[in-house]
Amino acid sequence: MRRVVITGLGMISALGRNVSENWAALLEGRSAIAPIQSVDASGLKFKNGAEVRGFNPETYSLKADYLDRFAQFAAVAAREAVQQSGISFTLESGDRSAVITGSCVGGQDTQDTGFFQLYHEGNPRVNPMTIPRTMANAGASCISTEFRIRGPVYTVSTACSSSNHAMGQAFWLVRGGAVEVAITGGSEAPFSYGSLKAWEAMRVVSPETCRPFSRDRKGLILGEGAAMLVLESLEHAQERGAQILGEIVGFGMSSDAGHITKPSAEGAAMAMEAAMRDAQISPMEIGYINAHGTGTALNDATETQAIKLALGPQAKNVAVSSTKSMHGHALGGAGALEAVATVMALRNGVLPPTANYSDPDPECDLDVIPNQSRKQQVEYAMSNSFAFGGLNAVLVFRAFR
Amino acid sequence: MLYLLSEEVRYMDEAVAGKVMEIIAKQKRVPSDQVTIDSTFQELGLDSLDAVNILFELEGEFNISISDEQARQIKDVRQMVEGVISLIGEKKLA
Repeated sequence: MRRVVITGLGMISALGRNVSENWAALLEGRSAIAPIQSVDASGLKFKNGAEVRGFNPETYSLKADYLDRFAQFAAVAAREAVQQSGISFTLESGDRSAVITGSCVGGQDTQDTGFFQLYHEGNPRVNPMTIPRTMANAGASCISTEFRIRGPVYTVSTACSSSNHAMGQAFWLVRGGAVEVAITGGSEAPFSYGSLKAWEAMRVVSPETCRPFSRDRKGLILGEGAAMLVLESLEHAQERGAQILGEIVGFGMSSDAGHITKPSAEGAAMAMEAAMRDAQISPMEIGYINAHGTGTALNDATETQAIKLALGPQAKNVAVSSTKSMHGHALGGAGALEAVATVMALRNGVLPPTANYSDPDPECDLDVIPNQSRKQQVEYAMSNSFAFGGLNAVLVFRAFR
Repeated sequence: MLYLLSEEVRYMDEAVAGKVMEIIAKQKRVPSDQVTIDSTFQELGLDSLDAVNILFELEGEFNISISDEQARQIKDVRQMVEGVISLIGEKKLA
């Protein structure tokens, strides 16, 4: 089987506009969670989010009329990743490349705006770009067009696991030889009033901040942004003399086949076990886990059990953190943001912390790297995503040697 | 007069209790006599999503707002009825 390496990273989130800004914030343990500004939050029971502030698509020469915010983020992150990789897609290589992205709700802000005009303001028409702006694959299509990538291009939508499912598919396509190069990741922009009210009704959003694994955790905090990775076969990367940032070595998926919102430790553990099998490694080799770690009472306790089930005695030794405490929960983009955090952690020998941690919880008795990043060289790291609907997707990364 | 008032309150409380139990039974799709004032959520097999749906129905039925914090404390039907009655009272005072 071919080895699959990462040669480009791109990221935009509430923490920063590019990978280096994001990484600096993650290392400092700085949380970007703050009062919501892009939507009038006075009618909401929660007040905080992790928003990308002052983002202007014109700065990036993006056709804002044609692209919803979630697709704009995807394009920005993909450009950064492609630029770093130094790859240039020719007619031939573009046909042997893929773009696979994840998004949970696509351009729902566009839809929300159009339907508000229709139902509330009595406007008999909606903007003709409502359909192409709303489609969940708008980001993937934009990236495909920009770099003239004509191979497999699609979008996966599995709620909070979308990005991990997307990156896993891209990894397998490159490993299996279907394509030489893939741009993959995910994006989300969930800050619209209708969407926020729907989250409020679920009663899972924290009225204050996001404190994963902490006993006083009160729920998740929504985030937005995008991250993209350039994946290619090791031979392809070496042939063109590319800088190699890391490696993806395993992907595992599972379905709880149970409750629609309540997570199952067995289901999550199955995905972790499948990912380690795919990577052909044992639990003892996993040194770091970037947890799903949403900060809800249920997720964090269940994920702790799942890690114990999947890793056995190694659960006591493995370092675990949830970077959602800093960049928020970007839903279908979450796995991608966390993949960048994980690759950077392996590459730099520093593990990002779980921010806002204040009180140890016996139900989450893992080494959760409270509040301060830790210098630690790790060879293998796992990144977890678990979605509503019971869909689990786990990736295993390796420091490149 | 005082007696009448308390009668009235008790009557209203019973009506609230009946409605709360009806909403729970409907959510769990069980006959209404299976839900009593002494039932615990554990006995009824209510999970977090059932609870969210029941809270939503209660808010709509009684035109009240139940905070996540208040909701977290409630473990049985009696506490839920008492919580609803107290929120209705607060609304009348406001």
